Amino acid sequence: MRTLVALAVLLAVLLVAGPLIPSWLVFLLTIAFAKALVVLGLLVMMRAGLVSFGQGLYYGLGAYAAGLTTNFFGITDAIALVALGGLVSAIAGYVLGFVMVRYREIFFAMLSLALSMILYGILVRSAALGSTDGFNLPQPSFFGFAVNGPAGRLLVYALTVVMATGTAMMLHRFVNSPAGVIGEAILTNEIRVEYLGTSVTGVLHLTYVIGATTAGLGGALIAIAAGHIDPDLAYWTTSGEFVFVAILSGIGHVAAPLLGMAVFEAIRSFAFQYAPYTWQMVVGISMLAVILFLPSGLWSLFAPRRRARGAA
Amino acid sequence: MNAPLIATRGLYKRFGAVVAVDNVTVEIAPGETVGIIGANGAGKTTFVNIVTGYLKPDEGVILFRGVDITPMPPREVTRLGIRRSFQVAQLFPNLSVRDNALVALVCAEQTRPTPTTILRTPARLTQANKILARLGIEDFADRPTPELPQGQRKLLDIALAMVGRSAVLLLDEPTSGISANEKLQLMDLVMGAVAAEGAAVLFVEHDMEVVERYAPRVIAFYEGRVIADGVPAVVLADADVRRYVVGAELHRRAEGVRA
Amino acid sequence: MQKFYVILVDGTIYFSWLFIVSMGLTLIYGVMKILNIAHGSFYALGAYTAAYAVGVYFAGHYPPVGSFLLLILAGIAVGGIVGFLVERGLLRPMYGRDEIVLVLVTYAAFLVFEDLIKLIWGVDPYFAYQPYELLGRVSIGGIAFAVYDIGLFALAVVIGIAAWWALERTRSGKLLRAVIHDREISTAMGINVPRMFTATFVIGAMLGALGGAITAPAISVVPGIGVDVIVLAFAVSIIGGLGSVAGAAIGALVVGLARAFAVHILPEAELFVIYGVMAIVLAFRPQGLFGRPSARKI
Repeated sequence: MRTLVALAVLLAVLLVAGPLIPSWLVFLLTIAFAKALVVLGLLVMMRAGLVSFGQGLYYGLGAYAAGLTTNFFGITDAIALVALGGLVSAIAGYVLGFVMVRYREIFFAMLSLALSMILYGILVRSAALGSTDGFNLPQPSFFGFAVNGPAGRLLVYALTVVMATGTAMMLHRFVNSPAGVIGEAILTNEIRVEYLGTSVTGVLHLTYVIGATTAGLGGALIAIAAGHIDPDLAYWTTSGEFVFVAILSGIGHVAAPLLGMAVFEAIRSFAFQYAPYTWQMVVGISMLAVILFLPSGLWSLFAPRRRARGAA
Repeated sequence: MNAPLIATRGLYKRFGAVVAVDNVTVEIAPGETVGIIGANGAGKTTFVNIVTGYLKPDEGVILFRGVDITPMPPREVTRLGIRRSFQVAQLFPNLSVRDNALVALVCAEQTRPTPTTILRTPARLTQANKILARLGIEDFADRPTPELPQGQRKLLDIALAMVGRSAVLLLDEPTSGISANEKLQLMDLVMGAVAAEGAAVLFVEHDMEVVERYAPRVIAFYEGRVIADGVPAVVLADADVRRYVVGAELHRRAEGVRA
Repeated sequence: MQKFYVILVDGTIYFSWLFIVSMGLTLIYGVMKILNIAHGSFYALGAYTAAYAVGVYFAGHYPPVGSFLLLILAGIAVGGIVGFLVERGLLRPMYGRDEIVLVLVTYAAFLVFEDLIKLIWGVDPYFAYQPYELLGRVSIGGIAFAVYDIGLFALAVVIGIAAWWALERTRSGKLLRAVIHDREISTAMGINVPRMFTATFVIGAMLGALGGAITAPAISVVPGIGVDVIVLAFAVSIIGGLGSVAGAAIGALVVGLARAFAVHILPEAELFVIYGVMAIVLAFRPQGLFGRPSARKI
C-alpha cells in the first residue's frame, strides 16, 4: 500500500515539475521512463527465473509498429500508437511464449537473444523499412490536436511518465498476487510447484507476455519521443543494457527500475557529452562498482534487504 | 467388498539395464495406512514417482477410483487428491516459511493463479498459520526457509503436501534425516493430523520400529518386485524379507527389547 | 555449379577464423560456466594489436615473411596478458556469485574495453593488408583464392587437431574434460579447479585474440568489430553445443556455410539465416549438436 501511495506521489511530482524543469531534463526523463517500462517487464520475468537477453525483440516490434502505423496509415494519435505497440508485442509474446517457456536459464537467454537478432537481421536488410538508417516519425497528436514544440514534448513526457508509474503500480500488484509469488516459487523449485497442482508453464507464459507487453509499450513511446526508429532497437546490446539496468536497479521492488533507469540515462548523457570516448567505460565501471558493493542493486540503498520476502 | 481407492496393475519400469519396478500390482483401500519397506534401490521411490505421474511406466496402469490415471502429469494427479512428500524436503528457499504454506494454499485454491488479486489476505494468512500449526512449526512462520533445522524442513515439506483435500497421501521417508528420539514425535504429529482427514497413507520407511508402530499393513519391495504384503508381524517374519530387507539379526534384537 | 563452389569456399574461409574464436568461447563456458561477453573484446584487441604491430613492422622494413609469425604472436600475447588480468582481477573475486552476475561482469569488461580501444588506437580505421596481399592469389578449379585464406584454413585445422589432441591425449586435457563434466566432483577429486579456470580463460582469450589477429589483414580494423563477433560466436557455440570443441567446429561450419549461402543467393537473409539456425537448434536440441542433455532432479 505504501508503494502505491509513493508511486502516486512520484507521478504527481513528475507531472507538476514537467513545465518547470529545463527541456533537456524533460527529454532525458521521457527516454528514461520509456526504457524503464522494458526493465519493469524484465523485473517480473527475472523474479520467475526468466532472464531474457532479447527484450529488444519486443522493444523493436513496439517501436516499428508505432512507426509503420504512423508513416503508412497516417495515424498520429500518441495514445493509439502506444496502445498498438503494446498490443503487437503482446500478441507476439503470446505466440512465441508457447515455445519460450519450455526453456530455462542460459537456453532461454540464448533463444531470446537469437529471436531478437532475427528481427534485427530482418530490419537491417529490408530496404522498405529503411535498413540500417531506419526512419523518422512525424509529430504525434493528442486527441486530434497536433501539438508541436515544447508543449508537444511535455505531453509526450506526461504520457510516458503516466504509463511508467501506472505500469509500476500494476506490476506491484502482480508481484504480490498468487501468480507473482508462485513465479518466485518457480524460480527455486518448479517441480514442487507442479506437485502442488499448478502449471508452471501457465504462470511463466503469463509472466512472459507481461514482459513482452511492457517492452512493446516502451518501444512505442521511445519511437514517439525520439521521433526516429532504427534496427539497433532490436540489437543485442540494447537488450543487454536492459538486463544490466535491471540488475543495477535491483529486482526487489517495482520502483527500482524507475530510479535505476533514470540514473543510468543521466550517467550516459553526461558521460557522452563530456567524454564521448569514455562513456561506455564509465557505464562499465559503474556496473562493476554496483555489482561489487551493492549486490541487490541501487534500490538497496533505500530499502535494506528484509530477512524474508514480504509485501513491499 | 469396497472397490480399491488406488490400484496398480503390472507396473514395470526400467532405466537402461536396471529394472526399477517389476510387475507391481497392489491395491489400497480408502483410509488405509500402509508402510512400504525395502532396501535402497529396491524401487520404492520410483514406485511413488510413477504413481504420482512424475515418471511414466513402461508397462502397467494406475487406477484411481477405477479411472486410469497413468498418463496424467503430477499436477493433475495432485488435483485428484493424490499428494506426496519427498525424501529430500522440496521447499522454496527464497520464500519465508509462511510464504511456502501460502503458495501451497493458493495452488490448491486456484486452478489458474490469478495475477490481479493480493495473495497475502488476512484470511489466507490465518489459514497458512493453521497449516504450519498442524505440524507444530508455526513458530518458524516468519523465518527464511534456509534457517529451518532438518526436522522442521521435513515437517514443512509434509505440511505442504497436506494442504488441500487428500484422498491419498504418499510420504517418502518422512523420518529420514531425523534423530532417533524425534522420529516417533514426528510420526505422532503427522499421523494424528492425517487421521482427522481420513486419507489413505502410504509411507516409505527404513526404520522398522516406526513401521511396526504406525502401519497395520506392510508391503516389502526387493529389486523392483513386491515380495511380501500383509500385517507387520507376518511380513517382518517372512524369510525373504528378513534376508533382503530387514536383516535377521536386527529383527531378533528388536524383538528381544520389546518383549 | 560455380556458385556452389564459391559458396563452399566462402563458407570455409568464414569458418576458419570463426572456429578459432568460438572455440575459445565454448571452452570458457564449458569449464567455467561463464558466458564471456568480453570475448568480443579479445577479438578486437587481437585485431588492433596485430594491425598496429604489422604497421610498425613494415615501416621498419623487416623481412615480410616474419609478419605472419608476428600476427600470430601479437594475438596470442595480447590475449594471454589481457585474459590473465581479467580472470585474476575481475572474475576470480566473483566466483561465488550467480551465473548471471558473472555474465554482467564480462559485459562490463566488454564496455570498458570498447572505450579503451578507442583511447589507445583512436577511431580511424587501421589497415594491415600487407600479409594478405603478399601471398597473392591462386586459381584452383577456376576459382581465385587468396593464398592467405588458404593459410587461414590450414591454421584452423592445425589448431583444431591440436585442441583435440590436447583434450583427448594429454593428462591436463583429461582433467579439463572432467571439470567440464562436473565441477564439484572434480574439486572433490583434488583437481586444482581455480588453476584450471585461469588456464582455460587465458587459453580462451588467446584463441579469441588470435582469431582477431589473423582476420585483421583482411578487414578494416575499426571500433566495434568485436560487437558482432560475440553474437556470432554465441550462435556457433550454441549450435555445436556449449563446451564442445568438435561442436565449435561443426557450428562454425554451419554458420559459415549458411552465411555464404545467404550472401550469394539471398543477401537480405544473411543475418536472419544465422540466427534462424541458432533458434531452430535451440528449439529442437537445446544442448546443441554435441552437447550433453542435463540430468533431471528428483
